[in-house]
Amino acid sequence: MEKRENVISLLVHNKPDVLARVAGTLGGKGYNIESLCVDATANPEISKIILTTIGTKATIQKIEAQLERLIDVIRVENLTDVETVKRELALIRMNLTADNKNELIRTVNRLNCKILTFNSDHCVLEFRGTKAEVDRVLETLKPLGLDDIARTGIAALERKN
Amino acid sequence: MKMKGTQILLECLKAEGVDVMFGYPGGSVIDIYDELHRNPAVRHILVRHEQAAVHAADGYARATGKVGVALATSGPGATNTVTGIATANMDSIPIVVFTGQVPTHLIGNDAFQECDITGITRPCTKHNYLVRNPDELASTIREAFHIARSGRPGPVLVDLPKNVIAAEVDYDPARIRINATKLSLPSKPSPKKYVQLLEMLRASRRPLLMTGGGILLGKATDELRSFARRAKLPVTSTLMGLGAFPGSDPLFLGMPGMHGTYFANMAISHCDLLICIGARFDDRVTGKIDTFAPNAQIIHIDVDPSSINKNIVVDLPIVSDARGALENINRLLKDNNYTATDAERKDWLDEIAGWKKKAPLSYCQDAQHIKPQCVVETLHELTKGKAIITTEVGQNQMWAAQFYRYDDPNTFISSGGLGTMGYGFPAAMGVKLAFPDRIVVDIAGDGSIQMNIQEMATCMQYGIPVKIVLLNNGYLGMVRQWQELFYEKRYSNTDMTFQPDFVKVAEAYGWQALRATRPDEIKAVLEQGLFTDRPCLMDFQVAREECVYPMVRPGASISEMTLGTREMTN
Ligand SMILES: Cc1cc2nc3c(=O)[nH]c(=O)nc-3n(C[C@H](O)[C@H](O)[C@H](O)COP(=O)(O)OP(=O)(O)OC[C@H]3O[C@@H](n4cnc5c(N)ncnc54)[C@H](O)[C@@H]3O)c2cc1C
Ligand SMILES: Cc1ncc(C[n+]2csc(CCOP(=O)(O)OP(=O)(O)O)c2C)c(N)n1
Repeated sequence: MEKRENVISLLVHNKPDVLARVAGTLGGKGYNIESLCVDATANPEISKIILTTIGTKATIQKIEAQLERLIDVIRVENLTDVETVKRELALIRMNLTADNKNELIRTVNRLNCKILTFNSDHCVLEFRGTKAEVDRVLETLKPLGLDDIARTGIAALERKN
Repeated sequence: MKMKGTQILLECLKAEGVDVMFGYPGGSVIDIYDELHRNPAVRHILVRHEQAAVHAADGYARATGKVGVALATSGPGATNTVTGIATANMDSIPIVVFTGQVPTHLIGNDAFQECDITGITRPCTKHNYLVRNPDELASTIREAFHIARSGRPGPVLVDLPKNVIAAEVDYDPARIRINATKLSLPSKPSPKKYVQLLEMLRASRRPLLMTGGGILLGKATDELRSFARRAKLPVTSTLMGLGAFPGSDPLFLGMPGMHGTYFANMAISHCDLLICIGARFDDRVTGKIDTFAPNAQIIHIDVDPSSINKNIVVDLPIVSDARGALENINRLLKDNNYTATDAERKDWLDEIAGWKKKAPLSYCQDAQHIKPQCVVETLHELTKGKAIITTEVGQNQMWAAQFYRYDDPNTFISSGGLGTMGYGFPAAMGVKLAFPDRIVVDIAGDGSIQMNIQEMATCMQYGIPVKIVLLNNGYLGMVRQWQELFYEKRYSNTDMTFQPDFVKVAEAYGWQALRATRPDEIKAVLEQGLFTDRPCLMDFQVAREECVYPMVRPGASISEMTLGTREMTN
C-alpha cells in the first residue's frame, strides 16, 4: 500500500503530560512524528495538537485508533483529505556578504518573504505558506547563504461549509 | 467536612467497595499506613515484594471481576510494581495501583526515593495520574476506578505526593465530579450489522466461534453459551478466554494457536465463517497471518476499536461490548426463529470430530517417570474441575490449559499477554482471599516459582491456604523445549538442577509440603495436599524433557502442527 503524509488533528486536555502520551503512543509503536504544532484553543483547558506522520492507510488507521484510546484525547480527526486551510511558518536566518546581498533582496521580494531583522552580516526572514511552498522557498534560499531555520510545523483548520 | 488526604483515600476505597488491598510500606506512604492502623476500613495484606502485591490484586480482579488494589512506596517500591502493571495491561485487567511520591516541592530535584513513576508506567497503564492538588484527590481516585473498569479494562496508577496526602481539605462524597468526556462506552453499533451477521451465519456451511478474554472481562458467559448452543457453533477459546464456554461441552474444541488443539486449528483453517468475540488475534493464535482462516469471512466483535483490523483484516467489524452484542444477536435469532438444525451442522461437526479422533490431546504414559500432563489430569479428577487454577509461565501453563477442563468462567487465571513468570503464586493469593471456600491451585514450574517464592510468608501470616502444584523438571522447560526443537539441543542456561529442596523451603516457611517421584504417588500426594486448610506445596519430580504438544513452529501456519513424534499437515 502507498505511504503518504497525513495530517492528524487532536483535541486534548491541556495538562502537563498529554503531549508525552501522544508522542509516546506514536514513538513507542515505531511511528515518526514529522511535524508537530501545539497550542491552547479558545478554551484554555483544551489544546489542539496538529501532527503529521507518514504511513499507509492501514497504519494511519491504527495510529488513530491508538490515539483515540488515550483518556486525555477528546477527539481525533484526520484532516488529510478534508477541505482545510493548512499553513506553516518558517523563520530563516541568512548570512549576508557583499556578494550575495543584492541578489538576496531581489529573491526575498520575489518569494514574498518578510524581512524581520536586517544587520550588516545577517538577516532573519519570515515565510508563511503551505508545506510545499515553504520547502520551495528554502530550496531557493539555500545557495544564497542560508544559515539556520525554524519551522512551526503545519497548522490546519477545516473550512466551514 | 475537613479531612486528611490519607483519610480521604480510605474513604474513597470504601466507597468503591474495596475490601482488600495488597501493599508494602515505606517513607512516602507511612502516613497512609498510620491511617490504616487507626482505621482498618480496608483489609491490608502485607506482601513480601511489591510485584507480588500487584499480581495479587490482579488475581483478585480476574477471579471476582472487581477492581484490584495495590499500594507501594515511592522510588524502588514504585518501580517494583512495573512488571505487575505491565502484566495487567497486556491482559486488560482492572486494577488501581497507588504509589507514594516525594512532596510536590521536591519533585524534579532527585530527592531521596524520587522516581518518575507516571513517566515510567505511561506506556503500560490504561491511564495514570500524579495528584498535585489535594482538592483533586477524591475525584482522581474515583476517576481511576472508573477508568480501570470501564470499556476495555486496564491498570491505572495514582501517584500520591507525601504532602498531598498529608494535607487537610474538604471532603464531600456527594460533590465529587469526574471528568466524563472519555468515560462513556462506545456508541451502539447499527442494528444492520447484526442483521448482516445473521445473514452471514445463515449462508455459512462451516461456521466457527472464536472467543477470548473479552467474554470474561465483559461478563458475557451466559449470553455466549446460549448463542453457541442455539446456532450449534463449535467454539474455540484463546488461552485468556478459557472457562467462558464449558470445557466439557461437546461443541468445545479447546484452544487455538501455537499449543492449541489440532482440531481447533484445523477448524480455523477450514471454516467459511469465523465469528471472533473479545479476542485480539494475537500472534500466538494466528501463526502465519497469510494462511490464517484462509477460506473464511471474519466477523470481529470487540469493545476496543484499536483491536479490530490490527492483525487481521476483517469483513464485518462490530465495535461493542461483548454482552451487549450477544444480547442483540440472541434477540435477533429469537425474533427470526433461527435455530440451527442438526442436519445443517452434521457434515461440519463430523469433519471436526474426524480431526479430533485423528489427533486428540494426548501424551505417552510412562511407568517410571511422572508425566506432568498426568498430574494436571489427576488434579482435575480429584477437584472435579471445581478448583480455581492459576499458572506460572512456560510448559506448566500450557499443560494447565490443555489438561484441566474449565467449565466455569474466571477459574483459569494466567498471564497470557506478557507471560510473566512469578505471576501465578501471588495471583493465587488474591484469588483465595476472594474465594476462601474454593480450592485454589497455582500450577507452577521450578523456574517460575522461584520468582516470587517469598510470598510463602504472606500466606502464613494471613492464613491464605493456597496450593502449589510444582511440575519440577529442573529446567526452564519451555525455553529448553525450543532449544531441543530449534537449536539442536544446545541447552544454554536452561538447566536449573541447582535448586533448593522445595519441600524444605516450604516447610521452613511453615507450609505443608509433599513430594512425588513416581507415577503411582501422584494421586496420594494430591489427595493429601489439596484438601487441608494449610498452604501446601506439592513437588512433582516430572519427566525432565517432556515437551508441550501439539505445537505450531514460530512463524508457521497453524494448519501445520507438530504432534509430538508425528508431523501433521493438512
Ligand atoms: C508461553 C505462552 C504460550 C501461549 N500460547 C498460546 C496458545 O497456544 N493459544 C492461545 O490462545 N494463547 C496462547 N498464549 C496467550 C497469548 O499470548 C495471548 O495472551 C492470548 O492469545 C490473548 O487472548 P485474547 O485474544 O483472548 O485477548 P485478551 O488479551 O484477553 O484481550 C481481550 C480482548 O477483548 C477485548 N475486550 C475487553 N473487554 C471487552 C468487552 N467487555 N467486550 C468485548 N471485547 C472486550 C479487548 O479489547 C481485547 O481485544 C500463550 C502465552 C504464553 C505465555
Ligand atoms: C519474568 C520472565 N523471565 C523470562 C521469561 C522467559 N521464559 C518463558 S517460559 C520460561 C521457562 C519457565 O520455566 P519454568 O518456570 O521452570 O516452567 P516450565 O516451562 O519448565 O514448566 C522462560 C525463562 C518469562 N516468561 N518471564
